Amino acid sequence: MILGRHHGGGVIALTFVIALLLTIVPLPDWARTLRPDWVGLVLIYWCLALPDRVGVGIGWFMGLLVDLLTGSLLGQHAMALAIVAYLTLKLHLRVRLFPVWQQALTVLVLLILHQMLSLWVSRFMGRPGATLFYYVPSLLGMFIWPLIYTTLRSLRRGFRVS
Amino acid sequence: MSAVETCSRWNKTPGGGGSLTPEYARIVLSFSRQAVFPAGLHQHLHRGAFIKLIFTQGPSITTRVVLLVALSIALMMMDHRQNHVDSLRAGLSVLVYPLQLAIEMPRTVSEWFRESLATRRQLQEENVSLRTQLLMLKARGQKMQALETENIRLRELLDSSFKIGERVLVAELMSVDLDPYNHQVLINKGELDKIYPGQPILDADGVMGQVVHVGPYTSTAVLITDTSHALPVQVNRNGIRTIALGSGTINRLELPYIPNNADIQPGDLLVTSGLGGRFPPGYPVAIVQFVQHDPGRSFAAVVATPSAKLNRSREILLVWPDDTSTLETNGTVQAETQLPVEDIQGDAGPVPAVTEENP
Repeated sequence: MILGRHHGGGVIALTFVIALLLTIVPLPDWARTLRPDWVGLVLIYWCLALPDRVGVGIGWFMGLLVDLLTGSLLGQHAMALAIVAYLTLKLHLRVRLFPVWQQALTVLVLLILHQMLSLWVSRFMGRPGATLFYYVPSLLGMFIWPLIYTTLRSLRRGFRVS
Repeated sequence: MSAVETCSRWNKTPGGGGSLTPEYARIVLSFSRQAVFPAGLHQHLHRGAFIKLIFTQGPSITTRVVLLVALSIALMMMDHRQNHVDSLRAGLSVLVYPLQLAIEMPRTVSEWFRESLATRRQLQEENVSLRTQLLMLKARGQKMQALETENIRLRELLDSSFKIGERVLVAELMSVDLDPYNHQVLINKGELDKIYPGQPILDADGVMGQVVHVGPYTSTAVLITDTSHALPVQVNRNGIRTIALGSGTINRLELPYIPNNADIQPGDLLVTSGLGGRFPPGYPVAIVQFVQHDPGRSFAAVVATPSAKLNRSREILLVWPDDTSTLETNGTVQAETQLPVEDIQGDAGPVPAVTEENP
């Protein structure tokens, strides 16, 4: 990757920082288990928009930060987000052409995959399993995808991130 | 179109085959079946048929993701068997500290405003109520001191070691949310305040949990209700010892190892037994909520409610259970005789005494 070709890296970093902050901002008890996967959503957007800039490595690193912030096992979200980034990169040419609602469905699948991988690791550690309620954050993530998509797209265009 | 012509056109295609049309592919394939290719063309075909990668530099994303997943699995395994990557976690926690501070800031600022803009009247009222509370606690403390000396004297007669009063440090929970499925909290004190992994934390009403990860400025503690937590306790009334397991629900502890004929009833106070050596003995843990005797099972189903306000407390106490400095404050008389005894007996000391006193 030649650095001179790209600019607007600060904007990408800023969106990730905001996503990380939203991951740990205190919520009332009933809403804690409903928190959408902000980092996953932002990662999927940038992987779709700029696949040659944001990829597997950045996804892994962001996952590691999520692990540190949420006190989960080191590598749990890192692995899941690296795989999510990988699949997004593999699919990006197709998904980019989809209408937004169809994109949202793809995002749902990716977010559920993130949660499933995470749950899988938890089960390995001997934690109890989850009900279907566990996947509600992914559903919420799907519903806010159009919002994330339009916001980040206008940011990308406004700041000419490439 | 001859085979040679096809080959020459094939070679000219830019990017080594990125623009291979179906027609070309068909022709090339049919030629390859007839085996009329000159030597070396096969390699060209292979290179051409290879899907062009998004990343032309560096390893392919598949290689990268495989490497990273392997790295993650290695990390997780080392992290699960504790202490292997604790220093790495501590170092990296500095990286996320600014984020945690940023989330904490609005609360700090609003608290500062509330305190500095409080009226004289409010402060006076608060002052009066605090004074009353202090007086009441002091009065209780006077009696406690007498009881404490008496207790130590009696225990000396029984030749058992017992420590009362540990070094404590007041800390605050940071208002950040951790994984909602693990019962963990973030504390605003870390290695710089000599916090260590395994250190007990308490609030005003009872035991809250213990520290699991220590960073330079912050540390993470696991609450007693987390599913991975088990705490040695005893019934305060009669000294029955058992283990309280976290249930994953914030107001519920399970005591699965109590025999059906054991004397335990709703309302019993459970205190730490000090066995296991992490928690100092005698701190309140929970109150038994219900006991169910099922004749078909060998153990009774006992559920208790934690005394500590696990999801409401902000101020917590960090305890150093075996801080030798407390010996000096507890009176110099027993200091010489007690020190060697303690090294041998450890925490198992007080327990036989308790059972003897309650026949």
